Amino acid sequence: MAHDTTVHAGHDEHHHESPVVFGFWVYLMTDCIIFGSLFATFAVLRNQFNGGPSGHQLFEISGLGIETALLLISSITYGFGMIAAHKNEISKVIGWLALTFLLGLGFVGLEVNEFAHMIHEGAGPDRSAFLSAFFTLVGTHGLHVTCGLIWIVTLIVQLMGTTTIPERMMNKLTCLSLFWHFLDIVWICVFTYVYLASMI
Amino acid sequence: MLGRLSLSAIPFDVPILVGTFAGVAIIGVAVLGLITYFGKWGYLWKEWFTSVDHKRLAVMYIILALVALFRGFADAIMMRTQLALAYAGNPGYLPPHHYDQIFSAHGTIMIFFLAMAFMTGLFNFVVPLQIGARDVAFPFLNNLSFWMTAIAFILVNVSLFIGEFSQCGWLAYPPLSESQFSPGVGVDYYIWAIQLSGVGTLLTGVNFFVTIVKMRAPGMTWMKMPVFTWTAFCSSILIMVSFPVLTVAVALLGLDRYFGMHFFTNDGGGNQMMYLNLIWAWGHPEVYILVIPAFGVFSEVVPAFSQKPLFGYGTMVYATCAIMVLSFLVWVHHFFTMGAGPDVNAFFGIATMVISIPTGVKLFNWMFTMYKGRIQYHACMYWVIGFMVTFTIGGMTGVMMAIPGADFVLHNSLFLIAHFHNVIIGGVYFGYIAGMNFWFPKVMGFKMNESWGIRAFWFWFIGFYFAFVPLYVVGFQGMTRRLNHYDNPAWHPWLLVAEVGAVLILLGIVCQLTQLYVTIRDRNLPENQDVTGDPWNGRSLEWSTSSPPPPYNFAIVPHVHELDAFMHDKENGIDTRHAGGPYEAIHMPKNTAAGILVGGFSLVFGFAAVWYIWWLAAIGLIGVIGTVIARSANKDIDYYIPADEVARIENEHSRKLMAQAAE
Repeated sequence: MAHDTTVHAGHDEHHHESPVVFGFWVYLMTDCIIFGSLFATFAVLRNQFNGGPSGHQLFEISGLGIETALLLISSITYGFGMIAAHKNEISKVIGWLALTFLLGLGFVGLEVNEFAHMIHEGAGPDRSAFLSAFFTLVGTHGLHVTCGLIWIVTLIVQLMGTTTIPERMMNKLTCLSLFWHFLDIVWICVFTYVYLASMI
Repeated sequence: MLGRLSLSAIPFDVPILVGTFAGVAIIGVAVLGLITYFGKWGYLWKEWFTSVDHKRLAVMYIILALVALFRGFADAIMMRTQLALAYAGNPGYLPPHHYDQIFSAHGTIMIFFLAMAFMTGLFNFVVPLQIGARDVAFPFLNNLSFWMTAIAFILVNVSLFIGEFSQCGWLAYPPLSESQFSPGVGVDYYIWAIQLSGVGTLLTGVNFFVTIVKMRAPGMTWMKMPVFTWTAFCSSILIMVSFPVLTVAVALLGLDRYFGMHFFTNDGGGNQMMYLNLIWAWGHPEVYILVIPAFGVFSEVVPAFSQKPLFGYGTMVYATCAIMVLSFLVWVHHFFTMGAGPDVNAFFGIATMVISIPTGVKLFNWMFTMYKGRIQYHACMYWVIGFMVTFTIGGMTGVMMAIPGADFVLHNSLFLIAHFHNVIIGGVYFGYIAGMNFWFPKVMGFKMNESWGIRAFWFWFIGFYFAFVPLYVVGFQGMTRRLNHYDNPAWHPWLLVAEVGAVLILLGIVCQLTQLYVTIRDRNLPENQDVTGDPWNGRSLEWSTSSPPPPYNFAIVPHVHELDAFMHDKENGIDTRHAGGPYEAIHMPKNTAAGILVGGFSLVFGFAAVWYIWWLAAIGLIGVIGTVIARSANKDIDYYIPADEVARIENEHSRKLMAQAAE
């Protein structure tokens, strides 16, 4: 949302450089605090199983590995998209964004599948405080990825049929780039602190 | 189809609410009718509701805050009246179910919709002008922030007439606020009002942080920045760091209620004290979010009316930053009784007491600024001096409660209530009103009436002591907060005195409304007009433009040489405005309906989520996402004010200035 500003494409004689990317980065730091609070909550509740299953019994490393791989690779493909954007190669940008979208979609699909499987086994978020914290933390990350997917589609549509990438569009691509890589970093924390630490 | 909503949700059986509804409906219809009669809908829509101009948004924020004051104070005086009556077997006139909603709504409204809205209004008006900027960094988000705050306030007020409001206090502690004990919609109204207004507040914090970092006039280094801007900066940082924690705390409570999770429940492994830790990790910084900008107001008002530079600018800046950091290290003092143990409590007790040191530095700085100054007893200065006395007392009772041993006696007693009203009314409210009197001519182009301002001050000041000193006393006598009725004869006379205080404060509010009325009535008298744009011989850049400022604020962006940039220019014969040009076309953001649309859809979403009307919630959510996407695709978002037009506006102001000088 922060990419909507006054600075119109082509009107570059502004005294100040566009604050959009900086502003979005600052916004991401507040998002980081949301995740920080959720991690703290998980840390407090991680052993409150209420007689239900623990992470050790629930988590499967193989599916998790694929999920992680999809998300990490999607960061690389987005990076290639940004390189293409700087070269003004719009069809390539759209191609890389579409690939990133598919990888992200695969990640969300696997996560939804994992959640559905757990709920089906009676290990839903209402089973215990541990599972409430788990579903909320991982689900919040998944919700962010889903928002990122909607954002990618929006930008692909906006890029179609254009021949240049004006400053405003470049800002949007850069903000989404920050967002996407940020979600990767959060996922690495989720992967190690939530999954791996529960399996050891 | 309508979820939990049915006709029985409308409280026909509570005559107070029916009467209130009738009153609100009559006034509402009258206002809407008048707007229609005078054909002002187009004007309001084009010039105000869709405006991205920070000055217009400031005015709307402050109007919102004053409406919230009206609602919040009505709650307050009803509580005081209940406690004056409900003694020795008399049940009073407010049954517990209604009374509990009133104290919950009072706190929620006063903090989130009076204080926060007023503060954001002051930020909006003053910060861009003080730093020599033409607007904030993200004007559209600024408009969106306003509407998120406004619709959240509407949601709280809808709960008066459809359903009920939370009965769990202004922070909705679990397990009471869990669905097991509060199955109604009250807590859900609370949750959605907090979350929706939180979006607005967070965006405001980001917006002003970026504005101050990126958009200061050339030459304005950090230590040449006016103190109010410094306080807005620190307050924005606190918003960005603490509001996400509030979002999480309230969201987890919502997940417990909506999905049967177990974050804070009694069963399932939940942990109520985690809620307290999370909510106060936001809640304590929150009171500093509110009071630090009030300190900023005093730092502008005192030099202006003492005709001296601020004493100790550097220490003022460092004290502000120190308070900002320390405010994150004290949250456990809100629940020493949790039993965290002597070491933890001692740490938080000492950290709390340490905050009084930078605050003391500030008080001495203001007093040394007044020392040997040519003090003008303008209405603003009454509020400032009233603040100094009242806030100091409130600070000292705060240090008393920072002692864990004393807190075990005073926790949740009326002593605590007296303490935080002492600092919030005496600090925040007095400060914001001083700020309103101070910057009003800049906003509107005419000065506020002083006599009624001073009358308002005396009623508020004396009324405050009558209303809250008795609460200190009954707090010591063991009276706890949130009591609906009581039978201790020792408390009764004190609560009668407190009722007198509430009536005096009511008279203060009446004086303030009269002040506004008289101000607007007499706006065209020559002595009330602010022709020069500098009515108080001000020191910072906002006083260098005309009153009210043109849409672009500064035709030529000023260059800052010293602290107190405008005073420096005046003393050295530099024309800050660069009157006569040459002027260039100025790039401006266009008004947009996206903010009010997102707000409207969010209101629909919030209301539907409260009542479990899921199809309607889906419409609201899709509306929000769709509007944001449409806004992102909109390329028609800016325009230019041509150089001729800038020259015309500026020459008109120069002509007025010269005519004034000739008289």
